[in-house]
Amino acid sequence: MTVMTPAGDFRTSYRADTTIFPTLGSRMALWAGLALLCCAPLVLDRYLLSLLINIGTLGIAALGLNILVGFTGQISIGHAAFFGFGAFASAWLHERYGIPVLLCIPIAGVMTAAVGLIFGAPAARLKGLYLAIATLAAQFILEDFFARAQWFTGGVAGRVTESPVIGGFALDREESYFYLVLAFVIILFVAASNLMRTRDGRALVAVRDHYLSAEIMGINLAYYRTLSFGIASFYAGIGGALYAHHLLFVSVEAFNILFSIQFLGMVIIGGLGSIMGSLMGAAFMVALPEVVQAGADAVAGGALDRMLKIGGNISFLREMAIGAAIILFLIFEPDGLAHRWKLIKAYWKLYPFSH
Amino acid sequence: MDGTLLFQLLLNGLIVGALYGVVAMSFVLIYKASQVVNFAQGEFLLVGAWVCWWFLTEWQMPFLLGFLFTLAFMTLFGIILQVVVLRPLIGEPVISVIMATIGLGIFFQALMKWIFGVFAKPFPPVFSAERISVLGLEVQTAYLLSLGISLLIMAGFGWFFRYSRHGLAMRATAFDQQVAQSLGISVPRVFAMSWAISAAVSAVAGVTVGMVNGVSSALSFYGIKVFPAVILGGLDSILGAVLGGLIVGVLENLAQYVDSQWLNWGNMYQVAPFYALLLILLIKPYGLFGTKNIERV
Repeated sequence: MTVMTPAGDFRTSYRADTTIFPTLGSRMALWAGLALLCCAPLVLDRYLLSLLINIGTLGIAALGLNILVGFTGQISIGHAAFFGFGAFASAWLHERYGIPVLLCIPIAGVMTAAVGLIFGAPAARLKGLYLAIATLAAQFILEDFFARAQWFTGGVAGRVTESPVIGGFALDREESYFYLVLAFVIILFVAASNLMRTRDGRALVAVRDHYLSAEIMGINLAYYRTLSFGIASFYAGIGGALYAHHLLFVSVEAFNILFSIQFLGMVIIGGLGSIMGSLMGAAFMVALPEVVQAGADAVAGGALDRMLKIGGNISFLREMAIGAAIILFLIFEPDGLAHRWKLIKAYWKLYPFSH
Repeated sequence: MDGTLLFQLLLNGLIVGALYGVVAMSFVLIYKASQVVNFAQGEFLLVGAWVCWWFLTEWQMPFLLGFLFTLAFMTLFGIILQVVVLRPLIGEPVISVIMATIGLGIFFQALMKWIFGVFAKPFPPVFSAERISVLGLEVQTAYLLSLGISLLIMAGFGWFFRYSRHGLAMRATAFDQQVAQSLGISVPRVFAMSWAISAAVSAVAGVTVGMVNGVSSALSFYGIKVFPAVILGGLDSILGAVLGGLIVGVLENLAQYVDSQWLNWGNMYQVAPFYALLLILLIKPYGLFGTKNIERV
């Protein structure tokens, strides 16, 4: 993907070339955006806030998957299983050992990373298609483990989780939990942006672009493929833990293959190899069912509704929308929303002399 | 130890395995001809079985006519999918192609649930006798028929690729697209044909399973069970697919037997093939008969 820079935007040092926010405008926009988000709980209602929280938790996990798929070029069809593992790990740590929830979340991330490394070690030998199939197997094996390990997941009954507490103040409402998720999103997204500027980050991209050349240049393929799997699982674990303490209940059936596919969908719709794209993709996937619901509500009771029985089959309609969105994006916008966003920005930067 | 149960399970395994073999064969057909890993193979079974069910119950067609209509429909369905969805993605990275077929899978699974509901619906009875006895064992007639159909399809594939003009064109395309093109073979047509055949053959498998267990969305799980089979046999080997399917069929029944007799873990029937899959990928990723991909720089 070519990065579009407008005319007159020269970088004269490596430092300037690798800054995350290159222009004054982008830095201002960042602070303004953050200030807006911090005010969000004062303005928005509970439901919209919980959607934003979902975007945050799913976005963190999607970012992990994007590091694996978009930056390292390894395909994983088992991401939801790792997401679920993080959710159960955090809930289990809190209930079994009484560790404060706020500490449980990062520990769950580390535990999930460890599990990811176990599945990633064989994956280091595989690539492309074979890896996709291996992670498919991991998905079913972990799902089976969730159903079986009653001590860990609560079995079919699921597991009840608790809200995090900071200094006697429980973050048990959407308004307060939102800030916790926002903090995690900022930390993890900045960490990922920085990772991509380091030697390790460039090594991952080299593995994706041409793994043979990368190996000849002295990059240890097995190490970086496994590392990428570990990072992806870490992000999935943190996202899962945040998800668990928001919903206050985790069910074993939630982390099925459809959920894994949704994560892949987020990465593709957002843009492979784009950090902010992961968040955009998550936002798209969270908004999609809402749009479908709104569409169904609009025709409810009408002739169309009676003829197609939309009201009772809304969940299938949502699944169809996910499948259709993935296919349409692949055919018409394979570089994702992040690319489209860049085009829009470039257009307005040069407006009205864009050609 | 329970000898009769073991024998019964082995027989079941062979019969189900033959069906896996058929589905795996049609999966390999698409992979060989067009280098697309089709994650929507199970949905071919599902769509085929529902369409056949619809012809038989809603239109009250005789079985043979409805079955022929289903085959015609599925041929068209395969061609349309290839032309509309997969053709624009030629030359895109593996992940895009995989995701496109996954997207197709979700879409059609949900669509079928929407149109036909989530509950399993039985086929109208096709045979006069429900079960007959073979070697002292009670076997469902539809199962025997499915074994027969599977063998027939396998033989048909063998003939098709060895002697027919189109089959030879497909083998040439699979071997080297550029050379095939220079010999006057239309590669896009070969792609479309491979999808058409694959969809129609999968539909046959879907209808057979539907006759025994009723039609429901569980059929699409065959598409996932296909992966252990094809990885075991080698992704680009038709013979390997058949053998892999048989082995997976026997393996899951054996796993269930071991589980029911000694382990009592439950659910081994579903999960055992995936453990086997991981193991094969670790030891011999190109499977029993697959071509080892040697990369030169």
